[in-house]
Amino acid sequence: MEKSIDEINRRIRDGSARVVTADEMPDIVSELGEEGALQEVDVVTTGTFGAMCSSGAFLNFGHAEPPIKMERIWLNDVEAYGGIAAVDTYIGATNKSVTRMESYGGAHVIEDFISGKSIELRAQSSGSDCYPRRSITTELRLEDLNQAIMVNPRNAYQRYDAAVNTSEDTLYTYMGTLLPHNANVTFSGAGTLNPICNDPNLRLIGSGVPILLGGAQGMVIGEGTQHSSAGSFATLMTTADMTEMNTDFLRAAIMYRYGPTLYLGVGIPLPVLDIETVRRTAVRDSDIMISIKDFGVPSRSRPVIGQVSYADLKSGTIELNNEEITTSSLSSFRRAKMVANTLKRWIEEGQMTLCLPTRFIDTSKQAKPMRETRKVVLVQEIMQRKVVTIKEGQEITEAARKLLKGETNHLPVLNEQGRLTGVITTFDIAKAVARPERKVKVQDIMTRNVITTQADEPIDIAAQKLEHHRISALPVVDAQNQCIAILHASDLGKLFKPGGGRP
Amino acid sequence: MKLLVRLIHDSKPIIAQVVKDTGVLINVDRARSDAHEGEEALVDVPDEACIQVSDRMRSLGAEVRILEEGIRHDEEECVDCGACISICPKKVFSFDKDWKLQVETKKCILCGRCIISCPHSALSLSY
Repeated sequence: MEKSIDEINRRIRDGSARVVTADEMPDIVSELGEEGALQEVDVVTTGTFGAMCSSGAFLNFGHAEPPIKMERIWLNDVEAYGGIAAVDTYIGATNKSVTRMESYGGAHVIEDFISGKSIELRAQSSGSDCYPRRSITTELRLEDLNQAIMVNPRNAYQRYDAAVNTSEDTLYTYMGTLLPHNANVTFSGAGTLNPICNDPNLRLIGSGVPILLGGAQGMVIGEGTQHSSAGSFATLMTTADMTEMNTDFLRAAIMYRYGPTLYLGVGIPLPVLDIETVRRTAVRDSDIMISIKDFGVPSRSRPVIGQVSYADLKSGTIELNNEEITTSSLSSFRRAKMVANTLKRWIEEGQMTLCLPTRFIDTSKQAKPMRETRKVVLVQEIMQRKVVTIKEGQEITEAARKLLKGETNHLPVLNEQGRLTGVITTFDIAKAVARPERKVKVQDIMTRNVITTQADEPIDIAAQKLEHHRISALPVVDAQNQCIAILHASDLGKLFKPGGGRP
Repeated sequence: MKLLVRLIHDSKPIIAQVVKDTGVLINVDRARSDAHEGEEALVDVPDEACIQVSDRMRSLGAEVRILEEGIRHDEEECVDCGACISICPKKVFSFDKDWKLQVETKKCILCGRCIISCPHSALSLSY
């Protein structure tokens, strides 16, 4: 048996369509069988609610008198794109306010517009004969704009890798706070309710298909940026009218030390046309596997530490290397369910009918990494190879002499085998002198927990370590933990001298 | 009941003294010593001994604030994501069967870790 989209739309119009949410479908299929479920259910609604950084909106402000072609634009001090004349702009969700960097961004501008608040527009122009005005400042509300059209380049990821942190420091990432030594795991995604997980071959989701976006009725434009269907990381580009959105399904957020992002509700109703649709919409949390990645490694290819299902993650704890770890979701399953339920109500009340894609999305695509034509600067290019060191067993006075003679503030400490075991600074010596409680050897006063770098580490990673730990030097070690050089914060200055930094 | 006790620099062992004088067992949830802000301890005492303990502490020169609740949860801002659940050392946060966030403020030791971890600024300290 098969059903046509026209038949399903006819039932929606006369109010007889049977609509269920995607999390109810697995049990319906177990109970009625595939054929039975196909006969019984007409539409399955999906939903997800989480951080969708790659989002934003096109705005048109109307013309001023005298008119201006806005070239630089700020909305509540968040810069918006000024390359689309004359009073059009695109406000991106993750852009930070120039005055309130850590607490306000593009996402907040969007949420404030939607909740009816007034936003300050400032714009500048170089002026022209047709657009003579050079600057403007005004207060605008959403209703004052001609258009506010949300167009999101990348939404509704099919699934997302979970995150842990094997390093010794707390990390603040777009995956939230990651405690050291694998003390927690964070994840994102609605699992059984996720739109694309219920249509992984993109037979029903494609260009023109109606959706819920931020509480408004919108549609899928087509594939999203970084769409990588071949690796089960499909994404969608979406659009809807911002004036119809509400804050139940759209919230600005701040990821600590990462910046602003937009939490969005996205849902897609799927017409149950055939057995294949039934089979796919019967997907459970336990069927959807994701990798756990180690964010302790600051690289594009973060090591995979394990595989888990959404069912495991949603249980509250997972097991990793025989240890139980507490999980945190960053997306809201409760709101995802609200998205699916709202879609269900719209369809039951005949407010939304369905259609098939006008263009299909390529399911064979795989996202590529960036092609880089210039070499990344490595620590070895600016480190100081001449490094003064000291042995653990030597006297503090000897360390003081070496620090003075070497004109350095950091003395790497080596053991008898020449391996790095600590570091001593002028501050440590000063402390020892101020409190002389029979501390005479270097090993009594050295800092043992040394933050190090390697010769082949990119300079940006080393700079991040210096900043994160608020220190001013990193011993450079080889694979045997021998100290081969030292990198001082001041060495970073070499990168900005003409011809500097490259041997 | 939680008490936030602020001690003056180079003060005497006030908490120990109060335990000795009153016979009330005091549990120190959290303590901090800071060069600028002085010493601060969050202590847990039985509800019925709250007044007795805080009066005695004050008479010994400490500043005492009685904290009626732990972390403050703004239900309007909260979207029930659960980012706070795994970073709380005292399991204050959990989901109910409808995936709504539950907050057991009694367990809270006001460490503040969840405040920066909440993407929606829905958690704050009430003192």
